[in-house]
Amino acid sequence: MSDKGANISPAPPVPKLPSKEELAARRAAEGFVVPQKHEEGAEAHAEPAAAEPSVAEPSAAAAPAESAAKPAPEPAKSASPAAEPSKEPAKPAAAPAPKPAAAPAPKPAAAGAAGAAKPAAAAPAAAKPAPAAKPAPAAKPAAAAKPAAAAAAARPAAATATVSRRGFVSWFSIGWTAFSLASAGGLVGLLRFLFPNVLFEPPSSFKAGFPDAFGVGQVNEDFKDKFGVWLVRNEEGIYALSTTCTHLGCIPNWLATEEKFKCPCHGSGFYKTGINFEGPAPRPLERYRVALAEDGQVLVDKTRKYQQELGQWADPEALLKLT
Amino acid sequence: MALKNALDSFRQGQVWKSIFRHGPPTDRRNRGMVVLSNVFLHLHPIKARRSGIKMSYTWCMGGLSFFIFLVEVVTGILLMFYYRPTPEYAYNDIQQLGFDVPLGIMREVHRWGAHAMVISVWLHMFRVFMTGSYKPPREFNWNIGVILLVLTMLLSFTGYLLPWDQLAMWAVTVGSNMARATPFLGHEGPGAALLNIGGIPLITPASDVRFALLGGRFVGAATLLRFYVLHCVAIPFIAVILMAVHFWRVRKDGGISGPL
Repeated sequence: MSDKGANISPAPPVPKLPSKEELAARRAAEGFVVPQKHEEGAEAHAEPAAAEPSVAEPSAAAAPAESAAKPAPEPAKSASPAAEPSKEPAKPAAAPAPKPAAAPAPKPAAAGAAGAAKPAAAAPAAAKPAPAAKPAPAAKPAAAAKPAAAAAAARPAAATATVSRRGFVSWFSIGWTAFSLASAGGLVGLLRFLFPNVLFEPPSSFKAGFPDAFGVGQVNEDFKDKFGVWLVRNEEGIYALSTTCTHLGCIPNWLATEEKFKCPCHGSGFYKTGINFEGPAPRPLERYRVALAEDGQVLVDKTRKYQQELGQWADPEALLKLT
Repeated sequence: MALKNALDSFRQGQVWKSIFRHGPPTDRRNRGMVVLSNVFLHLHPIKARRSGIKMSYTWCMGGLSFFIFLVEVVTGILLMFYYRPTPEYAYNDIQQLGFDVPLGIMREVHRWGAHAMVISVWLHMFRVFMTGSYKPPREFNWNIGVILLVLTMLLSFTGYLLPWDQLAMWAVTVGSNMARATPFLGHEGPGAALLNIGGIPLITPASDVRFALLGGRFVGAATLLRFYVLHCVAIPFIAVILMAVHFWRVRKDGGISGPL
């Protein structure tokens, strides 16, 4: 093999030495090796490919066509029995190039065999899941050794010009891949770190006492400081107003004598219902969900809010009916 | 006489020579050598153009900004000896820095310095624009400068919260409420509903960018601590790195304030 590039160690020993037929088949497939289960697909691929006019004898035509399809389905070790015998006559002088176990698609090179475009397109895509990417130079001697597909020989030779098999997965690329993955992981961890899992804030739902404690027409401020909620009772029932001004988020004050909520920041004014009527507030105060707890107390649930301008005050959970 | 001899022999000694390697900067060569061999001085070029030290040319705003930044760092560190960033203590500590601590003016100096720095960086930017010092090859440095401007504003914003008074709390509430409306990343912004996994929303009031900034759903203890760390460590760290790039580029792009 003509390896160039700064490789540190010599070629590792081939783990499982395949048989000569196996090597020949593989070379015919230009280094394509894929899992066995796609074998049915191999025949299907072979059909259209076999129809293509190829070079030399029909067996030779079938061979490159099938071998081109082969990359898609073929696993590392066993070539399909149908392909093997046809490949052997087609590739007499395939000198076994030293080749590690799996050599998936060195792209169009191998699959380009004999103009079998469709299998060619399928092969690289299917060969991707194949293990241990070692393309190109396997293709090169293989292509050179392939007498049957002359056209294929030209194309692979051109396409597999630069990256050697050994150089493709080098320490360099392993190192950079590991570094990038570690950096990406670190960045994700950093971002996640900024979102605390535990909040030391008052709970978002609370019980506000029994309904009888609220007088009709009154605004209850007992829960304003701790929970940010006003509880108001009208003839129909009880509703919970958010104490967040809809202008820019300050906390308004309830002015009982003037029967309005007035925000100290910019002067937004709201009626007892929460409707805005003066100042820069663009919309009414929001209401929270109210319900009756099991023990009969009023339960305020701040995780759901209802906005009047969206028509949500009509929702039955926005008002606890007490008639 | 004896004193002069003593001084001379001291200057010939190993202690002195190990610190001051070259002779006094009296001649041209030594002036250059002294600058080159000093880590602080070598950040400057050995020679500067005459226009580079003209106030009417440069306004000296860049240098002033850096100087004020150094003042802020020093006063800030001094403040850190007495300030505790929790809602319980923050306000009182700030009060105590004025009355219970000698030279109780650090807090004021720090605050005035912050205002001054904001003014000086804006004036610096204005000057750079008016003298055309953003044109090639200096365009990259202009961009670095804009980022530094944003960092200065962020330093002001984060520092504003630390006294933990009404002004601070509401200013940061209003300012951070803007983050709710960030596209995609804010829970009230456009496109937030698109980010979900199988119906579970990823961007809620408890998981959007405003939440990450505040460390909670509203300005509270977590926010105070977070802003403290940002103000004292994170943003100055990035700012120092970018300042190094900024000064480096001034030199490499042809020096301060020369004709194009």
